[in-house]
Amino acid sequence: MAFEVDGKTIETDEEGYLVDLSQWTEEIANKLAEGENLEMTSDRWEIVNFLREYYQEYQIAPAVRVLTKAVGKKLGKDKGTSKYLYELFPYGPAKQACKIAGLPKPTGCV
Amino acid sequence: MSEEEMIEGGGEGVIKKFLYLNRRAPYGSIYALESLEVVLIGAAFEQDVSVAFIDDGVYQLTKGQDTKGVEMKNFSPTYRALEMYDVEKLYVFKESLDERGLTEDDLIVDVEVVDAKQMADLMDEQEVILSF
Amino acid sequence: MPTLHTVNKSPFDKTSLNSCLRFAKDGSSILLIEDGVYAALNGTTFTEAVKTAMKNVTVYALQPDIEARGMANKVIDGIKLVDYAGFVDLVEQNDRVESWL
Repeated sequence: MAFEVDGKTIETDEEGYLVDLSQWTEEIANKLAEGENLEMTSDRWEIVNFLREYYQEYQIAPAVRVLTKAVGKKLGKDKGTSKYLYELFPYGPAKQACKIAGLPKPTGCV
Repeated sequence: MSEEEMIEGGGEGVIKKFLYLNRRAPYGSIYALESLEVVLIGAAFEQDVSVAFIDDGVYQLTKGQDTKGVEMKNFSPTYRALEMYDVEKLYVFKESLDERGLTEDDLIVDVEVVDAKQMADLMDEQEVILSF
Repeated sequence: MPTLHTVNKSPFDKTSLNSCLRFAKDGSSILLIEDGVYAALNGTTFTEAVKTAMKNVTVYALQPDIEARGMANKVIDGIKLVDYAGFVDLVEQNDRVESWL
């Protein structure tokens, strides 16, 4: 699969994850979110940006259990719940948010 | 596996003692990376996990790895994420460090450095040992 | 008729380095690559053997492999670091390449 942003061809795998993580831009994130029928609100951006920082530091897309814990620590207890994260990303915070953040599928999601 | 199932992990099953035994250097073969991925996936099952590094396995944990020149993924930062996966028991065999001129200060994560007797005891108390 | 020997296995894991050192003739070159670069470091049980060999042979190590493993500040003095282009030059300068796998 592929789509175009700014005349550049952006390749994704069969599940919609970016093939080349270094291609990611905010505009591409908006496009990927569109594909998930999600509007990029500031709350969603906060999680997406958090994931990108997490990946930068640990070179891994966290499992949802780990993401929830880490979000709670960094962004506050009220946000570190699966309820909050599933409201933002109904098809799975790890899967959907990671996809929009341009990360690979979390290790452990088969 | 859906994310919901991943949260449940192994469910209400019995907790077993698992040891992941690492004996290979990173990058020269796929063993080190495969082991790390299995540890991370296995963490969802909430077992009693220990990870041991002996022989060339201790090289997996060295600081300052920079893989730009070889165009491979540098997965050494991921060892620092293990704690968040509740994998907190990391053991390194002292003789393997000594033979290689390495000390605990050369490693990117906090580990317990153990002697041969302690390592043998650790292996002896496991129910499952997975070797890489 | 110089030979370029390449060693790509860790000396702790395989006998490739030991065998290479036994058979490499004076004046030949040894290039340590991949996990073979663990032989190029100070403070290991192989450091002395490599230093002794360096009296008669020239030892090189592939820099990208040294850096990947976080070992840039541990390389034995006198070992020459080369990049991929330097690897090609060495192949060209020698009559044959003998790979110790």
